[in-house]
Amino acid sequence: MGSLTNKDYDKLIKKASPNSTLFKDMLMSFITGGIICSIGQIILHFIKGMGFSTEYSSGATSIIMIFLGSFLTSLTIYDKIANYGKSGTLVPITGFANSVVSAAMEFKSEGYIMGVGAKMFTIAGPVLVFGTISSVICGIIYYFFYFI
Amino acid sequence: MNMNMNMNKKIGLQTIKLDSKPVIIETFSSVGKKEGEGPLKDYFHKVHQDEFLNKPTWEQAETELMRTTVLGAVSNAQIKFSDIDYIFAGDLINQCTSSSFAIKDFGIPFFGIFGACSTMAEGLSLASIMVDAGYAKKTICTTSSHFCGAEKQFRFPVEYGSVRTPTSQWTVTGSGAAILSKEGEGPKVTHITTGKIVDMGVSDANNMGAAMAPAACDTIYTHLKDTNRHPSYYDLIVTGDLADIGSKLVCDLLKRQGVDISKNHKDCGSMIFDTKEQKVDAGGSGCGCCGSVFCSYLYHLLKNKKIKNLLLVATGALMNPVSSCQGQSIPSIAHAVAIES
Amino acid sequence: MLYDIFKAFWVGGGLCVIAQILIDKTKLTPARIMVTYVVAGAFLTLFGIYEPVVKYAGAGATVPIIGFGYSLCKGVIKGINQKGIMGILTGGISATAGGISAAILFGYIASLVSKPRIK
Repeated sequence: MGSLTNKDYDKLIKKASPNSTLFKDMLMSFITGGIICSIGQIILHFIKGMGFSTEYSSGATSIIMIFLGSFLTSLTIYDKIANYGKSGTLVPITGFANSVVSAAMEFKSEGYIMGVGAKMFTIAGPVLVFGTISSVICGIIYYFFYFI
Repeated sequence: MNMNMNMNKKIGLQTIKLDSKPVIIETFSSVGKKEGEGPLKDYFHKVHQDEFLNKPTWEQAETELMRTTVLGAVSNAQIKFSDIDYIFAGDLINQCTSSSFAIKDFGIPFFGIFGACSTMAEGLSLASIMVDAGYAKKTICTTSSHFCGAEKQFRFPVEYGSVRTPTSQWTVTGSGAAILSKEGEGPKVTHITTGKIVDMGVSDANNMGAAMAPAACDTIYTHLKDTNRHPSYYDLIVTGDLADIGSKLVCDLLKRQGVDISKNHKDCGSMIFDTKEQKVDAGGSGCGCCGSVFCSYLYHLLKNKKIKNLLLVATGALMNPVSSCQGQSIPSIAHAVAIES
Repeated sequence: MLYDIFKAFWVGGGLCVIAQILIDKTKLTPARIMVTYVVAGAFLTLFGIYEPVVKYAGAGATVPIIGFGYSLCKGVIKGINQKGIMGILTGGISATAGGISAAILFGYIASLVSKPRIK
């Protein structure tokens, strides 16, 4: 490569890479994420209206949103929405459902035990692992600094 | 005396001159639905509308894709499997199982090859060398890739709504097969330049074009020097699958070394899709990209003498999911094959 | 109600936009960003920062994955209040068990009835 260093090449790559469509991506993810959260709000409102506590309604809303995300994934629609929605479909809990369900569908070809069972959390796993660990750390902090 | 003859065949640093000029007597290409809607749709021999090809899994679908492609080439050439001395095949699935399964019933002596997306040029090189050296009368080389199988292995499940970066490339669902022969009518392979691994420290698996461009630059530069040719000697210099970003980079890199290929350069990854309309980000990639483009459109140009000289430079990013998870850079390679009509 | 939806819309949308900026402008992979969101959600809740956001935006704050961290942390606090030290380990998962079980169940059902298709 002559006298070109890796660093110089890195600069060349940056120059050749397309201008990120940041503004458009932001707008799309704002709208999509906003719509998904609004649907959640409507469901939450409805459940609360039936006289349940905020905590109960919030949990039930999450489960319904997970159902919706799973349902759209199994209809093979969720990834098409994600093409337009960008992170607007990734960040809501429906995206979490999508990551679990899509992996389950994909790895069915390797059987139900080692495929679906073992690989269902290939994408969602990190969220559970680090979520659980941070909840334990939060618990320890809370226990020693607030509770005692 | 033998020694002398061998010395004459190797010219320059990395190039072999094939005096007997093996003939590509027949090709066959099959692609998936999306590729069949792209700019080259009229040139493919077979477009499969069902991404599963009536098989239960992606892996078996890719096997079927390659199997039907080899069958197509052999039957179009009106030869028998027993006429073929060797088959060179490769793909992207772990341990190249698509190839092994695809050709298992053909009874042809088999060399499995892996060069990632450069496999087509690697196969063409080896298949031509076999014929030129007199070890074979006819050889066949084939490659395949399947979008869904590659997504599953290298990225995410197909139904996962992942956010693609604009530099990422779209694995082509496609397969190409080419039959080489000592005699016959058709385009001839004249020179082979085998690439060496080039690694400029790019570790972004979502920007493979950028990782592979230096390898393509190195091989093209060496080829031109070894053969003492000017870029304008070739009507077309077609790189494997650098796609839009890598294509820009390879032209830039060569310009820095005083070689201008921007006028006659094209890229399989940019040709097979309409990158804007078909939403494939930077363009196509995969073993089947160069394979299906060469075996359809480029072969058509050569066979009908629409171009005289073609330099096919297929590029490969030689990483796997483990190496990229471990943060390693991407070793890249490019193999050049010079073909005259 | 319309005002509630408006609040959920802009807060939820805003959380997605932050993730989008991180994806486009940094080398962080989506998986890392999701993990960051969950961890951030848990700690912001612990220090009392996220609770007001939930009060204001409702589903706009709990539907994004950062709300998963919020539920985990709230669960742990509740668990400790009820069961003492044992709650450190049981609180988080108990509070989020519904969502996790639902995802596993729906994933399993989907694998039975549906097949991936190309885009």
